[in-house]
Amino acid sequence: MAEIVMNNIVKQYGDGFPAVNDVSLDIADGEFMILVGPSGCGKSTLLRMIVGLEDITSGDMVIGGTRVNDKAPRERNLSMVFQNYALYPHLSVFENIAFPLRLAKMDDAEVRRRVNEAADVLELHEHLERKPANLSGGQRQRVAMGRAIVRQAEAFLFDEPLSNLDAKLRGQMRTEISRLQRRLGITTVYVTHDQTEAMTLGDRVCVLRKGKIQQVASPRELYEQPVNLFVAGFIGSPPMNFLPAQLEGNQLSTPFGPIELDDRRAKAVTGRDLLLVGIRPEYFEDASLVDDAKRPLGSVFRARVDVTEWLGDQQYAYIPYEAPEEITAQLRALSRELDSEELRTQAIVSIDSTSRIREGRDAEFWLDSRKVHVFDPTTGDNLTRDAEAGAALTRMATEDREEQIAESTGGPSGRSADSGGAQAAGAA
Amino acid sequence: MTQTTLPPIKKNEPVSAPRGGISDRSRAERRLGWRLAGPAFAVMLLVTAYPILQAVYYSLFNYRLTDPENRSFVGLGNYFVILSDSLWWQAVAVTVLITVVTVVVELVLGFALALVMSKALSTLRPVLRAAILIPYAVITVVSAFSWRFAFNITTGFVNSWLSWLPGIGADTDWFGGKWTSLLVICLSEIWKTTPFISLLLLAGLAQVPDVLQEAAQVDGATWWQRLWKVTIPNMKAAIMVALLFRTLDAFRIFDSIFVMTAGANGTESVSFLAYRQTISRVEIGLGSAVSVLLFLCVVLIAFAFIRGFKIDLAQTRGEK
Amino acid sequence: MSRREKTWWWIAGVVILLYCLFPIAWIASLSFKGPADIANQQFLPSTTTTENYSTILTGTASDLFLPALRNSFGICLIATFISCILSMFAAYAIARLDFPGKKLILSTALAVAIFPVISIVTPLFNLWRQIGLYDTWLGLIIPYLSLTLPLSIWTMSAFFREIPWEMEQAAQVDGATTWQAFRKVIVPLAAPGVFTTAIIAFFIAWNDFAYGISLTSTSRARPVPAALGLFSGASQFEDPTGAIAAAAVIVTIPVVVLVLIFQRRIVAGLTNGAVKG
Repeated sequence: MAEIVMNNIVKQYGDGFPAVNDVSLDIADGEFMILVGPSGCGKSTLLRMIVGLEDITSGDMVIGGTRVNDKAPRERNLSMVFQNYALYPHLSVFENIAFPLRLAKMDDAEVRRRVNEAADVLELHEHLERKPANLSGGQRQRVAMGRAIVRQAEAFLFDEPLSNLDAKLRGQMRTEISRLQRRLGITTVYVTHDQTEAMTLGDRVCVLRKGKIQQVASPRELYEQPVNLFVAGFIGSPPMNFLPAQLEGNQLSTPFGPIELDDRRAKAVTGRDLLLVGIRPEYFEDASLVDDAKRPLGSVFRARVDVTEWLGDQQYAYIPYEAPEEITAQLRALSRELDSEELRTQAIVSIDSTSRIREGRDAEFWLDSRKVHVFDPTTGDNLTRDAEAGAALTRMATEDREEQIAESTGGPSGRSADSGGAQAAGAA
Repeated sequence: MTQTTLPPIKKNEPVSAPRGGISDRSRAERRLGWRLAGPAFAVMLLVTAYPILQAVYYSLFNYRLTDPENRSFVGLGNYFVILSDSLWWQAVAVTVLITVVTVVVELVLGFALALVMSKALSTLRPVLRAAILIPYAVITVVSAFSWRFAFNITTGFVNSWLSWLPGIGADTDWFGGKWTSLLVICLSEIWKTTPFISLLLLAGLAQVPDVLQEAAQVDGATWWQRLWKVTIPNMKAAIMVALLFRTLDAFRIFDSIFVMTAGANGTESVSFLAYRQTISRVEIGLGSAVSVLLFLCVVLIAFAFIRGFKIDLAQTRGEK
Repeated sequence: MSRREKTWWWIAGVVILLYCLFPIAWIASLSFKGPADIANQQFLPSTTTTENYSTILTGTASDLFLPALRNSFGICLIATFISCILSMFAAYAIARLDFPGKKLILSTALAVAIFPVISIVTPLFNLWRQIGLYDTWLGLIIPYLSLTLPLSIWTMSAFFREIPWEMEQAAQVDGATTWQAFRKVIVPLAAPGVFTTAIIAFFIAWNDFAYGISLTSTSRARPVPAALGLFSGASQFEDPTGAIAAAAVIVTIPVVVLVLIFQRRIVAGLTNGAVKG
């Protein structure tokens, strides 16, 4: 187990295109780090550089205190779960899991013991003699994990491991991975484009865009204190709404009426003609359902509802609005970058599922103005980000993690038996 | 030569090395790549490039193996001799005729075979697949002998079987005339190589997704319309590759002619002419010139195909 | 599928079967004809006899046929073996490694494949005479490599491309050296492709005629197709037809056996290299 430190990592391809550009990232021992971003952001490349399948153009990759830039993958002692699992089709499940141990020339009894242990953890016992081709997607996934946990690796690396599973199985495997990681307390780097995975699994999430780190923070901080338009738009589903706004005194005038800003935020945004105000769907509510105590904390506006979607536990309303050309262009570019459909300029608003707001009619909405963020439309920077509040959120997550790891490693000896056994063999 | 057969391929494959500084690993990979592929490459070059250059060189001489003292440089003289000789033009005409006839018939027949195979009942399919490989695997010489004996005036059964046709009787000598000889030669070639084409086309057919057929069916297309408007356009790549390879192959026809007529009655192909000049008449200079001309013809055909039909070999060969 | 349709497919299938087997059946039938039957102008012999086979296996023509058979087997197997080894390395490099010149190698292979054999025969004929390779096994093995290598490289790299290379990387991450990854993961996956390629390469070498007749002069190295093509009877008074037919049947047996056993793989190999890649 080890920490992974990246200093100014650059990956440049033959045509000069930097797939990864000056990435510096510290992953603490035992931490679950997520690399997330739209396709082509360099997250997989970065992972492959950690494991050694991709050359590092410049920068330092330090794992457990040793610089590994020039080490072959096998010398780095990392284990990896590939997107397509990369199970060896000519070997049985048992031999697939045992493969790294066989390569290490471990004696047969020890191999058997360890594979059985891994099979216990992953409930693969009845499949050990089968060939990978005869397994279901979820089983293959577990075999790949078995191969990863069977030896005492410095860290686990996952390359979109759940993307080939259906939604239900994905949820199951997600908790499985999370449980396993906590139990083994092993440093983990996990690449995904799925934000549910990013938000639920990671201690910290690293958002990448075009090879550059945008923000590294706990899921909560990313959500509540995004550093820029990109992160704000990427994290959250349905995504954050961006409305054009102009500052008048302490008020933002938007297509949805004026929004009052507190002094701190008003000061931070002064001096710009055009602003983008970012409002998450759940900051809205059907005005008729807001209790009077909350009502003064936000503003109320009328708008025509284009479409409503009732999902049982919640309800979404789509409200089109007008925006100047430069804003729509900017938003279009952003949504393209986020791999999403080209958005029309409409706000997605989350309202209570009991709301009787109807499509095609005007309705009154309430908007919680306490949590809105204001962005500079040209640079994309979040002008109202509260760095201190954000850092506090991430600090909390770190404490949680340390507590959990201490619990699992300090727990009854039976629970850490496999990692203990692995350690003994790793030393041999 | 190698450059002319393939169009330049534009692709944006990342090379795992930055421009300027190449990392140790990718340099090692390059070295390993050439070390592994080098021997095969060298052997291929040696056994083709060297001989063809040698042939070009010899073709500039008046050189008879049995008379080496009188070897003399004649420049392009041999080529003038050949190109002004009706024998050469006759060989070219025969070769082109055989090529066109066999390739066209094979394409149509091969397509029909492929269609039957793709639709054949599952019980029949393995049998058909094995059967269709037999003509492909049988030696050309054996096939040629089989057809020769079948049409031969003394040993053949064809005359007695076809005696009900006007003009065919027990004394019909198929190998006595140019056109009937060529007919039998073509038959033999077609029999032997149609299966190969049909296999290529079958693979092409398999790549046309079934949903397209179903969609067309829903849209109201008849079987014939589906064939022409859906199936064939979608397997153009496979057809073109089959066509190119078979054309080049047919143009080099040699074995069948050697066995069946030995070039008699004006059935000499270009390959056969080259062989006869060199090996039988040991006219190395003239033979080499014929060889070079044959080589140029093949290059020309390949080039015309690739340019004319815009066959992107890289694409059809899955060079992603 | 209706009953009528089914019948039609059966008929179509049988027609194809007849088409494929007819000439082979004919030459086999011919090989069982005695001297009296050869000219009977019928498809079948009136009485079957094996005397043609005894002629070429033990009789007067055996000193022509048997050495040729031995030459063919020896030369083709050696050429196939060498070309498979060479193209295995080349195909691995092409499918797996990133190096400049990959395209050049593939294009060269393609160019060599469409090269007219006769254009090479002429200069080789000369060269072999000068350096003493004329009428030797080696003198045929070398040109056979030019026949089999291009196809082997194409076919094998097509097969190799289908191997999920992630597997090799997984092995490396699992702690395998390059050599271990190759031996334990790649070889088992690549073996079927190599084997198929070997069969197809063997067919091609076995089929050769032009090199066989041009670069040999005696039974020292003359392969079967050439011996057949030039065979004119043990003596000039004997009609060679029956003997040729019997010899043709014998050389056809190995390929038919290979086809029947490995038909599925051969089809995959032939079409893989040419269409899908």
